[in-house]
Amino acid sequence: MTSIPQTAIAEPVTSLADEAARRPPVRRRRSYRRELVVTVILLPVCLLWIYPFLWMVSASLKTDTEIFGSVSLIPEEIQWENYARAWYEANIGPYFWNTVIVTVASVAIVTLTTAMMGYVLGRQRFPGKRLVIVAFVATLFLPEGYTIIPFFELVNRLGLSGSLWGIILAESGGAHVIMIFLFAGYFRQLPNELEEAARIDGAGFVRTFWQVMLPLAKPAIATAIILSLMRVWNSFLIPLVLTLARPELRTLAVGVYSFQGENMTDWSGMAAASTISLLPIVAIFLALQRYFVEGVAGAVRG
Amino acid sequence: MVAETLWRRVWEARWSYVFMAPTLVLAILFTFYPLVASWYISFLDWSGLDSDREFVGFANYVEAVSDPYFWNAFGRTFAFAAVTVPGTIGISLVIALVLNDQALRMRVVFRTVFFLPVVTTTAIVGIVMSLVLNPFDGPVNAALLYLGLIDRPIDFLGDPNLALWSVAGVYVWKWMGISMIYWLVALQTVPSQLYEAAQVDGAGRWRIHRHITVPLVMPFAVVICLIGFVGALQTFPLVQAMTGGGPAFSTELVEVYIFRLAFAAEYQPRLGYASAVAVFFGLAVLVLTLAQAWGVRRAATSQRELRGGRP
Repeated sequence: MTSIPQTAIAEPVTSLADEAARRPPVRRRRSYRRELVVTVILLPVCLLWIYPFLWMVSASLKTDTEIFGSVSLIPEEIQWENYARAWYEANIGPYFWNTVIVTVASVAIVTLTTAMMGYVLGRQRFPGKRLVIVAFVATLFLPEGYTIIPFFELVNRLGLSGSLWGIILAESGGAHVIMIFLFAGYFRQLPNELEEAARIDGAGFVRTFWQVMLPLAKPAIATAIILSLMRVWNSFLIPLVLTLARPELRTLAVGVYSFQGENMTDWSGMAAASTISLLPIVAIFLALQRYFVEGVAGAVRG
Repeated sequence: MVAETLWRRVWEARWSYVFMAPTLVLAILFTFYPLVASWYISFLDWSGLDSDREFVGFANYVEAVSDPYFWNAFGRTFAFAAVTVPGTIGISLVIALVLNDQALRMRVVFRTVFFLPVVTTTAIVGIVMSLVLNPFDGPVNAALLYLGLIDRPIDFLGDPNLALWSVAGVYVWKWMGISMIYWLVALQTVPSQLYEAAQVDGAGRWRIHRHITVPLVMPFAVVICLIGFVGALQTFPLVQAMTGGGPAFSTELVEVYIFRLAFAAEYQPRLGYASAVAVFFGLAVLVLTLAQAWGVRRAATSQRELRGGRP
């Protein structure tokens, strides 16, 4: 088991795209017919993968009667009021801002704390290092859903259940092993001369980290931000349990879930609420898709 | 003397501890403490935050072992994993093999589309899917009826014999993209000279995969299966949003069962018993994961021997 962190730290972060570019094409002689066949076979499979999303957006712009039993994706007349109804009447507006606040705060906390932790594990020696690594790796084998009861009790006892702070801290509080090792691996491969030069310039531990090392870790920071963004924006169990008694603190995932419980028949409103909730994360994904893929790929490289 | 040098080493590394402190405090509070506390709570009879706790020893465990709801949820959870893990991994392998071809110009588009469900909010996707699969007005049944493939609408989520497998299908759809990325990483570790050499020798596509790709990506395969297996046990958002464990408990997986015992409004909460179920299940999963991790190490060893044999 202990081989996992060591290799994870030792392996520098390399990029999928770079590897692809470095590698000469397997087939010098391009087979266009093969490419055509593959594309024709894959296109319907792709359609299966995005149809639910297309249907959701289309349903959010239709009337309920138009949605029912229809396969067509083009609305007769665009119904923007579905969005107004979801935003104001179903409280998706406040839930949206709750989710933004929780996500921004939690991503900032997690990125900074795991970067500091990764820096120490990747570059410093100290008594107890091995113990810390073993304890964190062990948490990889711990499914989150099974400790939710003491988790819930703890947040209540800390007096955090009355505000978004409870959700923010709870979302920041996992062990985040993959991100810690991502930073550790990244910092480890930076040259030692940097620290020596900083020390000669009179920089202490904190300034060396803050002004020399952290700015160099931008690729690792980008990956870490994306990984935790994906996790926090999409989180469900933690905000669900922590907002059971406080509907005004709901995040989008919980809000849309309870919308379904309360308005079973309002399909267009539900589709509009779902579209509002998914749009930000999908837009960020499409804009930065390479980083998303890199971030996920990092998990299996170790 | 020894204590003194240790103290000096600790003092010299003081900033390291300061830097670790925020992560350690958060991890202790929200990861390590809940782990230990759930063992303790599992020995209590405790029905809610404000009510009394009574120490009952192993009574909760004894009850869990003879509780048919628990064993049904337990069995379903592993049945779900037994279907979704091979499904996800098989489909993603085929797609990754196709997309690994550098000559395919639309590969980035395909990769993006297959990865799209992975980044979306599981609970919300579950709700959208429950509409898409709806027997009366959903588009899937409308399309199947229109094409004449079925005479009557299929109640994908309302039929107790079908609901779990409908959720499993959506699970495979949702998470296939992540395994696809893992496979692409694995396939890119195969040195391209090997493929070229095999082609010079006149080996066909199938033989190349059989004799070069398969043995070289084998250690990755074990890790991908391990990650897939742990993931397939964490199904709460999808199941809760799509069926809530119904109809007639037919999709009640262990996580959903624990949630119902502890938090569902219509029952008297049973936090102690729910914790016992969670601990019991967590230990079962741990044993299985460790067994698989042992397999990873063995596969890695044989891989090294294989690579070592190459010039």
